[in-house]
Amino acid sequence: MIANNVAKSEPASIKAEVKNFNFHYGAFHALKNINMPIHERKVTALIGPSGCGKSTLLRSFNRMHDLYPGNRYEGEILLQPDNTNLLDPQVDPIEVRMRISMVFQKPNPFPKSIYENVAYGLRIRGENSRAVLDEKVESALRGAALWDEVKDRLNSLGANLSGGQQQRLCIARALATDPEIILFDEPTSALDPIATASIEELVTELKNKVTILIVTHNMQQAARVSDFTAYMYLGEMVEFGVTDQMFIKPQKKQTEDYITGRFG
Amino acid sequence: MSVVSDRLKRSRVRNLREFGVETLLFLAAFVSVVVTLGIVYILISESLQFFQHVSLVDFFTDTQWTPLFADAHYGILVLISGTLTSSAVALAVALPLGTVVAIYLSEFASFRVREAAKPVLELLGGIPTIVFGYFALITVTPLLQKIYPDLPGFNILSAGLVMGVMIVPYVSSLAEDAMRAVPMALREGSYAMGGTRLQTALRVVFPAAFSGVASAYVLAISRAVGETMIVTVASGSQPNLTFNPAESAMTLASYIAGVSQGDLPHDSIGYQTIFAAGLTLFALTLALNIFGHWMRKKYREVY
Repeated sequence: MIANNVAKSEPASIKAEVKNFNFHYGAFHALKNINMPIHERKVTALIGPSGCGKSTLLRSFNRMHDLYPGNRYEGEILLQPDNTNLLDPQVDPIEVRMRISMVFQKPNPFPKSIYENVAYGLRIRGENSRAVLDEKVESALRGAALWDEVKDRLNSLGANLSGGQQQRLCIARALATDPEIILFDEPTSALDPIATASIEELVTELKNKVTILIVTHNMQQAARVSDFTAYMYLGEMVEFGVTDQMFIKPQKKQTEDYITGRFG
Repeated sequence: MSVVSDRLKRSRVRNLREFGVETLLFLAAFVSVVVTLGIVYILISESLQFFQHVSLVDFFTDTQWTPLFADAHYGILVLISGTLTSSAVALAVALPLGTVVAIYLSEFASFRVREAAKPVLELLGGIPTIVFGYFALITVTPLLQKIYPDLPGFNILSAGLVMGVMIVPYVSSLAEDAMRAVPMALREGSYAMGGTRLQTALRVVFPAAFSGVASAYVLAISRAVGETMIVTVASGSQPNLTFNPAESAMTLASYIAGVSQGDLPHDSIGYQTIFAAGLTLFALTLALNIFGHWMRKKYREVY
């Protein structure tokens, strides 16, 4: 049934695939046997109540859990086209993060100028040519719909921007390195409704270029911006499907209860 | 009725108690202000008498400092040069080493290493400076003389190097606190862009913590400028206008310490030189503190 819906909506290729994935914070089994595809140049939303593991799953894609001791991955996240298992201990997490960018819940611009914030990823990859940096910074800022607002003050501090602008700056920073996937971890939960609308619009535009995985608390947001939705509960993937289908006619009673606000 | 009057009485007692506590706290804060003002008053009033004998021009241009000789000269530059040279040697050791230690402890060391290393470092700051002074004189100087045989027994270099080591924990401890206060979200931002630990530490955490690191530096400079015992013991008691660390020289603080031990009569010009030197030292450290305050404000990060 789900497969049918996917096939009908578009013959999308798979960018990544989560296979039999388990995650442990020390003794706590946080994610249980997760399986899901990530479709190329689509927006996939992860929804579910607090503590269901959606952020944990998102942060596994760029191995953020490696920063803290006592965390353990089991299973695979295969990144296409080269079929690399992102979770393989042999795979350098820095390589993974070079291919998969992330935008955080709270805007976290670096204590640098707007220009240097966007150029950061390029600089740490060894890019120092002013011409290349200028061009990439401009195209990233345009991609994040921020260029017109900041083009006259690229040297002022990123922290001087408004919250919504800061978040778009962080999106520009993530875009500048041409990532294959961008992870969004509740990118609008710290923003006002107008800034939220502009970020959502941006996400919808970005999917023409890049695969997007987004965690959100806001079900309307998932319905508005995503093509696929995964509903998670207590570390398990309850349901995965095409967003329109899922919000109109979920397969499981539990999903329906959550989506309709009867629970969660 | 009785209930209301009861409440009134209670509130009067409470107000009285609040007033008492407030007064006590105010007095406690007031004491430190009064003491500081008193010190400044004494320094200035005694120095004024000194400057009735010695013109400001002589004070700042004479190239000799021989206040106790028959042919007395009062060139403060001689002592300032010794102070600046010994401080420069000390800071050349303390600032880089302290910064590296802070970056290591904050960004690289495991929890266990950090918990073991911090108390040891702080112990270094707890050693009496007289011990450092004799360490410089009888251990470090002979070692340096093996490399550089012409080095005199009393020299700025040895005193400065040991002073630098003494100051390392002041820098590393404060700078580490500043870097650890940088929110994890900033570090994650850098790691998520593919940054290594070193790139994250140097390009994101260090700049973000710079206002705190700068105040650590200013404290270190003040410590170096005001340090007395190490230079008194290890760098000699010859006033010497020099910026060469391989010579012996006297600093403002070591002059004050040395001369105060003698029995100079009050109201003599020699006695008043103590205050003139003290006022100069005070002005130097005050200027540094103001500079540090300005730096902290300029580079303050709002996370």
